[in-house]
Amino acid sequence: MPGAIYAEGLVKTFGDVRALDGVDLDVPEGTVLGLLGPNGAGKTTAVRCLTTLLRPDRGKAVVAGLDVVKEPDAVRRSIGLSGQFAAVDEYLTGRENLQMVGRLYQMRAGAAKRRAAELLEQFHLTDAADRPAKTYSGGMRRRLDLAAALVVSPPVMFMDEPTTGLDPRNRQQLWEVIKDLVSGGTTLLLTTQYLEEADHLAHDIAVVDHGRVIAQGTSDQLKARTGGERVEVVVHDREHLATAAEVLRGFGKGETTVEEHMRKLTVPVTGGAKLLAEVIRELDTRGIEIDDIGLRRPTLDDVFISLTGHLAETATETGSGTGTDTGTETGTGTDANTGTDANTGTGTGTGTQTGPETTDTTGKETTK
Amino acid sequence: MSATTDSLVIAHRNLIRMARIPEMLIFGLIQPIMFVVLFTYVFGGSIQVGSSSSTQAYREFLMAGIFAQTVTFATAGAGAGIADDMHKGLIDRFRSLPMARGAVLTGRTLADLVQTALTLLVLAIVAVLVGWRTHENLGKVLAGFGLLLLLGYAFSWIGALIGLSVRTPEAATSGGLIWLFPLTFISNAFVDANQMPAFLRHIAEWNPFSATVQACRELFGNLPPGFEASDAWPMQHPVWASLIWSVLILLIFRTLAVRKYRSATA
Repeated sequence: MPGAIYAEGLVKTFGDVRALDGVDLDVPEGTVLGLLGPNGAGKTTAVRCLTTLLRPDRGKAVVAGLDVVKEPDAVRRSIGLSGQFAAVDEYLTGRENLQMVGRLYQMRAGAAKRRAAELLEQFHLTDAADRPAKTYSGGMRRRLDLAAALVVSPPVMFMDEPTTGLDPRNRQQLWEVIKDLVSGGTTLLLTTQYLEEADHLAHDIAVVDHGRVIAQGTSDQLKARTGGERVEVVVHDREHLATAAEVLRGFGKGETTVEEHMRKLTVPVTGGAKLLAEVIRELDTRGIEIDDIGLRRPTLDDVFISLTGHLAETATETGSGTGTDTGTETGTGTDANTGTDANTGTGTGTGTQTGPETTDTTGKETTK
Repeated sequence: MSATTDSLVIAHRNLIRMARIPEMLIFGLIQPIMFVVLFTYVFGGSIQVGSSSSTQAYREFLMAGIFAQTVTFATAGAGAGIADDMHKGLIDRFRSLPMARGAVLTGRTLADLVQTALTLLVLAIVAVLVGWRTHENLGKVLAGFGLLLLLGYAFSWIGALIGLSVRTPEAATSGGLIWLFPLTFISNAFVDANQMPAFLRHIAEWNPFSATVQACRELFGNLPPGFEASDAWPMQHPVWASLIWSVLILLIFRTLAVRKYRSATA
C-alpha cells in the first residue's frame, strides 16, 4: 500500500540540467518526511512535481491516492502548499487573502469567511487581520502563507523551506505550529537546508543531492550509519598528537581524524561512557595532558558530510570555506553513496566543528 | 460555473489592489486628459476635418479618437499586472489550487475593464467640460461606449499575452505601449484619414482601431459637416467592423494567452 505521498523514478530535466534524476519517495499517512539537501539539490523541483506545478519527464507520483499527472485537479483539492517565498498578495489584508484562497478552493463565500476568521485566530493574526499583508513582518507573512495552505485542512501538506530567512524566534514559533498540525494527522513533506529543522520536525529524513535521494531513514538511523558515537579529544601539547592518535586507534571503530592546529582528535566508537573512561585512563598512563575530552553523538552535519562529501550550504556559512574544500578532497563520501558500511564515510570534512577562527585547515590529516 | 466564480474572485482581488494603489488610476487618467486639452486648444484650430475647420467640429471629431486610444492603453496595465503576478510566489499558490486555469487572466482583464470604464467616465466628463457634445439619442451614445469597452477588453488580452511573454512588469508596460502609438496615429483618430497619402490611408481605413473610432463618431453624431466616409468596407459599416475586429482579437489573443499561461512553468 503506497503512502500518502509516493514517488517512483521521478525525472525532471531543464535543458542540460537533470534537476531530478530518479527520485523515489514513500511517505506513510500521518508522518513527516524531511527532504534535506543543499541549494540546487532538487528539493524544490521535487515539491513542484508533487504539487502539480511541474510535469515530471518520467516516473510516477501519487499524492493522496491520486496520480499527479493524470488527475492534477483532484490532487489540488487534497493538498496544501506553503512555498519558499510567502505566497500572499501584499496589497490584500490577511483576511482578504485567506478568503480569496478559500473561494478558489471552491468554498462558498460564507464558509470561506468563517474559515478565514478561524485561521487568523489560530495563527495569532487576528489583530493584524485587516491590515494589508505588506505591513506584516517576515514571520507574520510566513504564518499567513501557512494559514493559506491550510484553508481546507488538506490531508497532505507540502512546505518548501518554510523557515528559510526567519530569525530564530520566529523559526521556533513556526516549528510549534507545524508540530500541532502534524499531531492532527496531516501527512507532511517538508524541505529544508537546516539539519536541525529536519531533526526536529521529521519522522523520516531523505537526504537529497544532485537530484537523487542518497539516503533515507530516521534521524537516529542516519546518525547510526555515520558511525554511532564519537570520542573527541583536545590534547594540551601538539607533540602529543601522534601518541594520542595511536591510543585512539586502539579504541576506535573507524578512521581517526586529526585537526592539527586545533590539537583535536575524533574517532567513532562504540561502548559509551565506560569506553570513555578507559580512553582517559590510557591517555593518562601515557602521560598525555588533555584540555578537553567528550563523547558526542554524530550530528546531521556529520551525516550530510559523510553522505555527500561536502557540507550542507547553510553549514558553510558558519564554517570556513577551506573547511568545505578539504571535506571534498578527502571525501570518501562517494563510497558512502553506495555502501551501507557505517564507517566508510567518516573522517571527511572535519570542518563541521571548526569555528570561524579556523582559517588554516591544511594541517589536517586523516590517519588509518 | 467554477470558471466564472474563480474569475470573479480574481477580478475582485485585482480591484481591491487597484483601490489600494490609486496612483495607477490617476496616472492612467492624466495622459488622456492631457491629450484632450492639447489637441483641443493647441491643434484644434488648425486641423481641418471634412469641410470644416471650426474648432468645435474638430473638438467633437477628436473625442472618439481619444476615447478609443485611452481604452487600448488597458493593454499595458493588464500586461504589467500579469507579468508581476507571474514572477511572484502567488502564482504558485494559484496554480496549486483547484481553480479554473484561465481565471487568473480573465480576472485580471475583467478588473482592467472596470478600470477602463472608470477612466472613460472621468474622461467623458472632462470632454463635456471642454465643449464636447453628442447629437444622437442616449441609446446610441451608450452603444458607442459599449464598443469602446469591448475594444479595450479585447486589447487587454493582447496585454495578457505580452505579460506572459516578458520577464518583468516594466518590459510588459513598454511592450504594451510601444506599438500602440503607430497603431493609434496611423488611423482616423486625430486627423481625417481621407487627407492622408494613399498607402497610409489604406492602413488607416483597415486599422481595427479606426473602425471603432468611426463607429463612435456615427453613434455620437460627431461626424463633421461635409465629411464623406471612404469607400473601404470598414468605413462604410464601422459598427459591424468594430464588433468583428474586437471579437476576433478577443478570441485569438485569449486562446493564445490561456495556452501560454498553462505552459508557462510546466
